[in-house]
Amino acid sequence: MEDRTGYFFLSTALIITSLMLSTAKAESDAPIQVIKPSLKREPVKLARIDTENFELGIYVGKLSIEDFGTRTVTGARLAYHFSEDFFAEASYGQATAGDTSFERLSGSVRLLTDAERELSYYNISFGFNILPGEAFVGSGRAFYTALYLVAGTGSTKFGGDKRHTLNIGVGYRFIFNDWLAGHLDARNHIFDIDLLGSNKTSNNLEISTGLTLFF
Amino acid sequence: MPFILIILLLLCSASAYTHAETSHRKVQITDAYIELHTGPGRGYPVFHVVDRSEWIEIRTRKTDWFKVVASNGTTGWAHQNQLEQTLNPQGQQTHFEQIDQHQFNQRKTEAGVLSGDMDGAQTITLYAAYKFTQNLSTELSLMQAIGNYSNNLVTNINLLNQPFPDWRISPYFALGMGNIKTTPRATLVLAKDRSDLLAHVGIGAYAYVSSRFALRAEYNRYVVFSNNDDNEDIKEWKIGLVTFF
Repeated sequence: MEDRTGYFFLSTALIITSLMLSTAKAESDAPIQVIKPSLKREPVKLARIDTENFELGIYVGKLSIEDFGTRTVTGARLAYHFSEDFFAEASYGQATAGDTSFERLSGSVRLLTDAERELSYYNISFGFNILPGEAFVGSGRAFYTALYLVAGTGSTKFGGDKRHTLNIGVGYRFIFNDWLAGHLDARNHIFDIDLLGSNKTSNNLEISTGLTLFF
Repeated sequence: MPFILIILLLLCSASAYTHAETSHRKVQITDAYIELHTGPGRGYPVFHVVDRSEWIEIRTRKTDWFKVVASNGTTGWAHQNQLEQTLNPQGQQTHFEQIDQHQFNQRKTEAGVLSGDMDGAQTITLYAAYKFTQNLSTELSLMQAIGNYSNNLVTNINLLNQPFPDWRISPYFALGMGNIKTTPRATLVLAKDRSDLLAHVGIGAYAYVSSRFALRAEYNRYVVFSNNDDNEDIKEWKIGLVTFF
């Protein structure tokens, strides 16, 4: 009997305490919000910065093909600027060689077929901006310019053969705006050729002008 | 002429792409001031300074130089080192990725061009490589060798082991095999094109220079499995530039 009463009181007490606890908990849970904060987070994604270290363009000029006359050359170039001083450049150009003076004088002799007269070259060069500067046009305009030196290696296909070619040169870059530049280039393409009897080193000077885009 | 047209088309699309960008990154200066140069280079004169806690907008980047616009509209070029002393709109310090030797050691892909000599023939090699681990990589290379009597085109698949990738000048060992295509010179009569298998062993070294490039030099011994009675033994050395991604 005593056991049963004790059990009754104990369980009642337990129920009441748990009820009180839960109401107390409910009260503390209720948010006390006096001012509603209007938090607006900035988007975490940062805008990408547009880098302009690549340069892609075309050029046209005159190539003096030793013994085969001076002809128009067209080409394309791609450059990557490692730093403000150095860049690497790959270029490809083509021209059609003319007649040698021997061919013209002898009349009917042809040293090369028409296909063999097609000259094309590619090269990979390393460049150094030796004199960076500014050019002023009038009183309110300034343009970035650079005089650069280039040297590289490549191959020239001419007279039915590919020939290992070294090139050295100097160029002037005139930057019109953030993405457009003009170039004036003078190059010497040096390769060995054995078409005219003996093996000799030929110097093939090229003067060209071109446009490139930075991206 | 078609390649010129392709380039022109590329140029047009590239310029359209350049102008699609509209939103620019804004940063707040925490240094005492930053200097604005008239051009993207150390020699261009400083013509303006922007003070602490002012906001500037970054427009474009050329190598280590950033074209920025100050709140009063002045446009100039600031160096990366100075822009690192700024906060972004979240209040965090601006951080530009510095390309250093650590990045070079962690590279996954690399490409390069090398020039050299193969038994008297001048060579030009283009290659692309993929690194499985810091020590082991595979590469595909294309080599043109121009000799006095023939032109050769060598295609190779190599396996490279770099035992000490952390060294500034890091040696490696290479094993490879491929194909050599031999075209006799046009001035030779009665000569035919040939194509043979070849294998090689090589040693070489990488030397990290700065930013995204390194130097590489290599010495190889090739064995050409030709139809002649004896296999040909060829020595080759080359040196060149490597860039990595």
